[in-house]
Parts: sequence; structure tokens; C-alpha cells
Amino acid sequence: MIYFTLFWTFFKIGAFTFGGGYAMLPLIEEEVMGHGWMSMEELVNFIAVSESTPGPFAVNISTYVGTETAGVLGAFCASLGVVLPSFVIIMIVAKCFLAFKKNKLVQYGLSGLRPAVVGLIAAAVISVGKTAFFPEGYSNAVFSTLKFVLGVALFASMIIASRKKYHPISIIIISAAVGVGAGYLGLLG
Amino acid sequence: MKEKEAVKCSKLFITFLKIGAFTFGGGYAMIPLIRAEVVEKNEWLSNEDIVDIIAVAESTPGPLAINSATFVGCQTAGAKGAAVSTIGVVLPSFLIILILAHFLRQFEELKVIQYAFWGIRIGVLTLIINALLSMAKECPRNIVSYAIVGLAFTLVAIFGVNVIIVLILCALIGIAASKLKFEKTGELGK
Repeated sequence: MIYFTLFWTFFKIGAFTFGGGYAMLPLIEEEVMGHGWMSMEELVNFIAVSESTPGPFAVNISTYVGTETAGVLGAFCASLGVVLPSFVIIMIVAKCFLAFKKNKLVQYGLSGLRPAVVGLIAAAVISVGKTAFFPEGYSNAVFSTLKFVLGVALFASMIIASRKKYHPISIIIISAAVGVGAGYLGLLG
Repeated sequence: MKEKEAVKCSKLFITFLKIGAFTFGGGYAMIPLIRAEVVEKNEWLSNEDIVDIIAVAESTPGPLAINSATFVGCQTAGAKGAAVSTIGVVLPSFLIILILAHFLRQFEELKVIQYAFWGIRIGVLTLIINALLSMAKECPRNIVSYAIVGLAFTLVAIFGVNVIIVLILCALIGIAASKLKFEKTGELGK
């Protein structure tokens, strides 16, 4: 029943994604790695693919995991799962919009969810950071490698670039170019 | 009347197909596009409605792209409108990734791609940090919300608690804290 597993997994992801995009990373990480569908490294690589292709990350990743696991029908089930919660909830909200807007319980709940999303993105920073700098696990020896020093330099320059409002796709292209350059110069070990 | 609805629905489908195909990085990048198509070109909704859409999309789960497509479709042409708009906005990503998936695994074997992805993973890290900073800016500034940020981070990053449980817990803390504040001051906590 892989189709149902895909549908249900991405249904949960769709239903509990607040704040869009990266806030859902810890949940995707938990579900997708828990099922052994993707490694953390593949997941981070796919974030870059998703940033460079149109459409929301949720749809991109559900389609990708679905097709890799169970072909076109799998992709369909996973995408349907990720879309359905929003669709149903918005249909209900649209019907009684004013009541929803004024509902105190919704406002109160959101006052807890907004900061939670910040905490979740911070958690995503930690796990993506580990994958970027310590793919083979954490050890003191890593710090003295040329690869690590280069990585820190690239990281610092891209932080400055993104503060200067460089487009995410530019950041990905520049980072990729630096990686290719360093790789062929034999600097990545 | 029936005829008109069908025309509206096919227009909605094409509009959101375009929006789905040309929104990179998702989310807020599509708001100006929605405004241009839905408010200015087709005059289905007003500028004020767009503000409502953002408010609703932000306070309900799911990707902003899907939430706003469903909402615009529903307000413009009811349930049918919602369905065609949502299918329209999803279809481009679905097809592109479906095709791309066939090549991605083979690409990943190549040396040049492995080098590129070493850099890209660091680039992605900076993108996420950037998202963190802008979300943190919008976070309410009070002790309760700082505590929730810390709690959610600790539970997920350090203790590996299930994310869904953490979200439900944080919503409940928000409700409890706002109720207490409301009883004390008589005004809605912000």
C-alpha cells in the first residue's frame, strides 16, 4: 500500500505546514528520512533543485519523492495528499471568512504558532548546517581541512550576498560555480 | 450564466497555470503576479481582497501558492473555480519535477555535479538562515513568544520530538497565554 503511505505522509505534511517553505523542513526531514525515501544530503540537494524550478517546495518534493518511490501514480498520490488539506480548509474558510477573521481562538492559536515556526526554521538551520559542513559526521579533524575552510569562506560571502538581496537562484548558481571550480582545482579532497 | 461560468473557469485555470509556471521559490513572490492577473487584468477581485487572501493564507496550513489559488478561485467562481485554480497552480511544478526526477539520480553520479552540490548545500544553508532572519523579524516581541521559539527549537533540534506534536503544543501555549493576558488586561494579546 505504498500509494496510501505516500498520500498519508504528504497529507500530514500539508496539514501541518505553517509559515510556508522552510518551516516545514523538520517535518519533511522526519517523515521522508523516517521512511528511508531520501537521505539528508539528497534532501538538501533537492531544496536547491526546488529553488531553481517553479512552484511551491511542498509540491515539488511530494512529486519527487512520489515518483522516485512509486512512479507517476505515486507522484500523483503524494501531490494530492500535500494539496488536499489546504484545499479543504480554504474552501471552508472562504465560506465563512468574516467569522474566521474575527475568531479569537484562531488568533490565539496563531500567536503560539508564529514563534513556533521560527524555532522550526532554526532547527532546520542546524540539520542543514550539519549536512553542509559535516556530511561524514562531526569530528575535530574536519576543522583543519582545506574543504572546511573554503566552505566557511563561501558561507560568509553568501550570507553577505543574501543580506544584499541577491536572488536565491543567483546564490545557488554562484555556490555551484565555486564548488565546481574548487573541485576541479583539487581543493575538495 | 452557465456559459459565463465555464469561461471564467477556463480563464482561472490559464491564469494560475501561468502563476504556477513562473513563480520561483514560491510563496510571496507570487503575490504581485496574482495582483496583476486577478485584480488589474481580469478585475475578479479588489486590492483589499488580496490583503485578505494573504491574511488567510498565512493563518491556515499549507503552501501560500495553493492557499491563495484555492481562495481566489472560490471567491471568483465557487467550488469549481477553486478546483481549476488549484490544479492550474500545481500542474507546472508537478510536470517539471516528474520529468526532472528521471535525470536527477543520474546527474548526481557525475563528478561535476557532486562538486556543484558541495557548494550548493552551503548556499542553501544561507537561504534558510535568511528565511529565519526575516521570519524572526515578524515574530511578536514578548517573553511568551521568545519562550515558544526556544521551546520549539529545543524539542525538535535537540530532543527530536515529533514536529506535529510540537506545533499542537505551541498553539495550545499560545491560546493559554492569550487567554490569561486577556483576562488580566481585557484586551487582545498581540
